[in-house]
Amino acid sequence: MKDLYALFRQSLAGLRLMMLFTVVLGLLYPAAVWAAGSAVSPWHARGSLVTASGERTNDPEEAVGSAIIGQLVEDPGLFQPRPSVAGAGYDLLSTYGSNLGPESPELIASIKELRTAVAEREGVDESQVPPDAVTASGSGLDPDISVEYAELQVPRVAAAQGLTVGQVQELVDDNTSGRTLGVLGEPRVNVLLLNLAVLALGD
Amino acid sequence: MSELAPALGQILVLVVLLAVSVPRLARHLARVYTSPKHLAVERVAYRALRVDPDTDQHWRSYAMSVLGFSLVGVLLLHAYGRLQQHLPLSLGSSALPADGSWSTAVSFVTNTNWQWYSGEAALGHLMQMSGLTVQNFVSAAVGMAVAAAFARGLAGTGGEERIGNFFADLVRGVVRVLLPLAFVAALVLVLIGVVQNFTGNADIRTLSDATQVLTGGPVASQEAIKELGTNGGGFYNVNSAHPFENPTPLSNILEIYLLLLIPFAMAWAFGLIVRDRRQGAAVLSVMALLLTVSVGLLTWAEMAGPGTAPELAGGAMEGKEVRFGTAGSALFGAATTATSTGAVNSMHDSLTAPGGGITMFNMMLGEVAPGGVGSGLYGMLMLAVVTVFLAGLMVGRTPEYLGKKIGQREIVLVACYVLVTPFILLTGIAVAITAGDGLAGLQESGPHGLSEALYAVTSASNNNGSAFGGLTSGTPFWNTLLGLCMLFGRFLPMVFVLALAGRFARQHHVPPGTGTLPTHRPLFVGLLTSVALVMVGLTYIPVLALGPIVESLS
Repeated sequence: MKDLYALFRQSLAGLRLMMLFTVVLGLLYPAAVWAAGSAVSPWHARGSLVTASGERTNDPEEAVGSAIIGQLVEDPGLFQPRPSVAGAGYDLLSTYGSNLGPESPELIASIKELRTAVAEREGVDESQVPPDAVTASGSGLDPDISVEYAELQVPRVAAAQGLTVGQVQELVDDNTSGRTLGVLGEPRVNVLLLNLAVLALGD
Repeated sequence: MSELAPALGQILVLVVLLAVSVPRLARHLARVYTSPKHLAVERVAYRALRVDPDTDQHWRSYAMSVLGFSLVGVLLLHAYGRLQQHLPLSLGSSALPADGSWSTAVSFVTNTNWQWYSGEAALGHLMQMSGLTVQNFVSAAVGMAVAAAFARGLAGTGGEERIGNFFADLVRGVVRVLLPLAFVAALVLVLIGVVQNFTGNADIRTLSDATQVLTGGPVASQEAIKELGTNGGGFYNVNSAHPFENPTPLSNILEIYLLLLIPFAMAWAFGLIVRDRRQGAAVLSVMALLLTVSVGLLTWAEMAGPGTAPELAGGAMEGKEVRFGTAGSALFGAATTATSTGAVNSMHDSLTAPGGGITMFNMMLGEVAPGGVGSGLYGMLMLAVVTVFLAGLMVGRTPEYLGKKIGQREIVLVACYVLVTPFILLTGIAVAITAGDGLAGLQESGPHGLSEALYAVTSASNNNGSAFGGLTSGTPFWNTLLGLCMLFGRFLPMVFVLALAGRFARQHHVPPGTGTLPTHRPLFVGLLTSVALVMVGLTYIPVLALGPIVESLS
């Protein structure tokens, strides 16, 4: 009985404290981060949007996408992103990885199928298809592909856009990020920015 | 695909960051939890709230404060979940179902942050900010408070079973530690590309002339405390794999650093609070040793990529992001399961079989290497008491830790602590795999199916919150079961810790004799590490054998 009463009294004190925390941590803190973030770097705070000419914008109406979010590419003459299982592909409203395990028959079948398809599309042997071309990313929104996968696509994109392989390869190099500080993360190619560069040169 | 040299370099960057900042933060933490002085802003808050921050509470009263405060947290968050459709910034989201709302409320209050729902689809901004983000702060502060109370109990000079004031610990943890660190971290994350806005969902015409809906929100403010407080609940469904939560390798290493920072600093602060720096160093060494081994093994597993699907693809990239690669995903995966964070930057369900087994093993260790904020420290100290007890039995002396005798009452409390989580976990998995409703949630059959269920109850019972995401856990059965695992897995051990803190506080210090096992030497570090490993081994090898081990061997 005495313990129950103590629990009740402590809960009341806890309730008053929670009210205060809700205001300070739940409203003031996010608002302060928003205000400071928007003052220092509004472009990042709003989602790193880019226009068709590759310029930064904060207006979704002007944007063709976010520089850090992948998107589906319909045009067969452009660089293709990784497979995605987020909704119908690159859907931010239903982000998802396949969550299939390493022995999953479904995953094994899908890898085989994708490998054949990619090899056929690029006109290369199946052994040349890199892992990121046949696996879905964790987020389903991966903005990048590996340097190997980008280079695999260069001849096809060059032919489709009426550019030389050398020109397109140069664009791939321009849009490749190395490891940060030489050790963090992996070398990668941003697909949206690369495609924008290709279209700008092709026009 | 990752290469070995940069993978090691990446780990080295992390080690340097931690080595520079952990001792500094630890000095601050030790002051926060022992200083009699209040800040002006704290005094105003105490007066307004009508709590007395100077009462030195009996352990029983301290425990009641913890439970009362957490009870209020669960009820408030549950109400939030049921009523969120009526709130501003709800983005058209509807009320969570009763079982889902219960699971979410318990999940965030217990510092687990298991998520059965998909954040971008199920929750409004206000629920995320003023419901979930708030619990991210306070559940972390509760863990730190309990650990500090335990350290003070060990440092106590005898007399009464008094271990400090919960409300003062809680407020100080938030005001002096978590809030300033989270604000700075959030701002840095915004500079790297994590979003922070209130614009809601915005339609974009993509390059292919299709519509892509960009989901904004106050993400950075939640992301910072999610890692710092070892919470782990993502703003979005895919957590730190989402580019809006974790856009670059730089944000990745920063997030890993944030989630390891306070747990390691708490261990060092422990040495300062008990006025023997070497004791903190010994505890920290065991944590670092275990973490190093698990990072090494997981990195090896993911970079080598054994298994039918990874070998066919040429690398274990299913469920991983190109910018992180296998090494950056493995480092995050080891850190998030060795702490009680449970944030993920790759889908753990798609890890290689040995890799998935290592993440489970990390959690089964009780998350002590370095563990959750606060919970990691008290978990490791409980194992330290077991270790001196075993060593005492070997030489036939009464065991003691830091001058406190481990008598019958003390070892009973420790035994309860050590057994309660395995009991909850193994009962949970037994129920899950015998009930039809449990099996219905599994995506795969055979050993990997068992691993999905085992990972879920392990994660819930140890308050981690990461998942093998193939499991469909948004059903009344799983929400109820995991909710119970999280609740008991958090608060039963805490009560045993506080009871033991009270026992220790009452005892006078015994000067070390010839039979005392020094608890700061490499011998003790080795013993404690072995005890941690043997206990997990004895408890969990049978069930691990049926899941990840058999899958690795097949």
